[in-house]
Amino acid sequence: MPASASLSGLLWRRPAWRVAALISLPAIWFVLFYLAALAAMFVSSFHTVDELSGQIQPGWTLDNFRQLLGDWTYGRIALRTVGIAAAVTLTDGLLAWPFAYVMARYAGPRLRPALMALVMLPLWSSYLARVYAWRLILAHDGALNWLLHGLGLPAASIGYSNWAMWIVFTYLWLPFMILPLFAALERIPPSLLEASSDLGAAGWRTFRRVIVPLAMPGLVAGSIFTFSLTLGDYITPLLVGGPGSDFIGNVVYSNVGVSNNIPFAAAFAVLPLLVMAGYLLIARKLGAFDAL
Amino acid sequence: MRFDLAKTLLWASVIVILLFLFVPVAIIMVYAFSASNIQGWPIQSFSLQWFARTFADDEVRAALFLSVEVAVVATALAMLMGLLAALAVYRLRGPGSEAIAFAVVLPIALPGILTGMALNSYFVLWGINLSFWTIVIGHGTFCTVIVYNNVIARLRRLPPSWAEASGDLGAGPWRTFRLITLPMLGSALGAGALLAFALSFDEVIVTTFTAGAQTTLPLWIFGAIRLGQHLPEVNVVVCVVILLTILPVLLAQRLMGRAALLHK
Repeated sequence: MPASASLSGLLWRRPAWRVAALISLPAIWFVLFYLAALAAMFVSSFHTVDELSGQIQPGWTLDNFRQLLGDWTYGRIALRTVGIAAAVTLTDGLLAWPFAYVMARYAGPRLRPALMALVMLPLWSSYLARVYAWRLILAHDGALNWLLHGLGLPAASIGYSNWAMWIVFTYLWLPFMILPLFAALERIPPSLLEASSDLGAAGWRTFRRVIVPLAMPGLVAGSIFTFSLTLGDYITPLLVGGPGSDFIGNVVYSNVGVSNNIPFAAAFAVLPLLVMAGYLLIARKLGAFDAL
Repeated sequence: MRFDLAKTLLWASVIVILLFLFVPVAIIMVYAFSASNIQGWPIQSFSLQWFARTFADDEVRAALFLSVEVAVVATALAMLMGLLAALAVYRLRGPGSEAIAFAVVLPIALPGILTGMALNSYFVLWGINLSFWTIVIGHGTFCTVIVYNNVIARLRRLPPSWAEASGDLGAGPWRTFRLITLPMLGSALGAGALLAFALSFDEVIVTTFTAGAQTTLPLWIFGAIRLGQHLPEVNVVVCVVILLTILPVLLAQRLMGRAALLHK
């Protein structure tokens, strides 16, 4: 009997071994290149950089965290990041409703996949291209002001501001909200809605008491992406944010690229990790993982 | 039929949202055909000159090749690991299986800056120089999740009776996998691979932290926009990249869509 056949027989008789054999390679990769890297970041956040030599000093100090907490600049940056991520999530949560609802309830069997493809396309088309498009649109001599001028309205100067970031992030991540919300709405059996209206609930009441609670897991699943992707961005603030619109990511980015202070960058990056850990725990309670 | 105000408003908002999603993409694509090197709107005169100049630019070509190489290697790794992980997680039962299923999607659920910063401090800690392979390691991780998501979604829709029937007819697990499971997973694996390629080809947030002195195409675009240099070439690159990423995505949707119909 060839060795491969006996190995195959062994794995057949022991399903647990089969699972272990399958998962070993991706598990090793995941532990070695993801979890260990996150751990290294955490450890590195307690190191310091020697000011003269620029060498990383291993050891355990809270200096980086003390510096972050002691300087209100970093507090403002953290609040701005989390605040805009929350505002973007709320806006996308509202904007996604009509689209997902029409897709799930009114679109026919031919229109539905077409709408799905239309939502998917911008999601996968170049991220930088879409940010750059808005940089040009919102610029002083851009398409927005051209349109406003044509309508006889005063020019808007929202380019390079927090408003610009809010618009661009909302635009970038909207498909991430539409798709899981649609999936959740599609799963609601029509009989449930009929039952609700038979029992006397008018359209709005059925929506509020039946549809919204059932769509919640999909909405929360979408919000994980809109929130997390905004929280970890630094490209959009650089390209469409103005002066003084730094995100946590920008501080991290410049400390790695320019000042070469990796421990300090790592320390600030611990914050989004904690925020997301909290967010994911709440999302799990709301049943979002069944909708992912 | 009675005029339904709510329904009309809903359809109107669908159209507004579609415009919101597509007008910026359309505008940026039109810029590629502008003759001017000033990025104002409306575009004064049109020309194809920047296409020729961009294709002749060695920097752009080198960046494009690096991006394709990274995407090919990362996608190949992701196909193998995503498939294995999906087959394993699908078979997991009992306590802890939910935790593992959750851990697998962490690289796309957590902000990209974390993956980037984590890998950067990791490589620095071990004294590993940033290279082609450090980019691949970063991309391989999140590309795996994309392939995994596609394959596991398909596995959950497959009737388990098929594999059981194959076993009852005397096929061993490897033979069942080769003749039954893999062909049924094929299109999901293909769709996952296309999406993984598109994602890797476009990735910039993690790549900045793992590329060192190398320049992938997105890093070239980012650098050029920031410095305000070569903007007409950026317009052309961006236009071509949008067209190139549309193809694999449409193809992936076809693969998944047709397969979804098969199993309904």
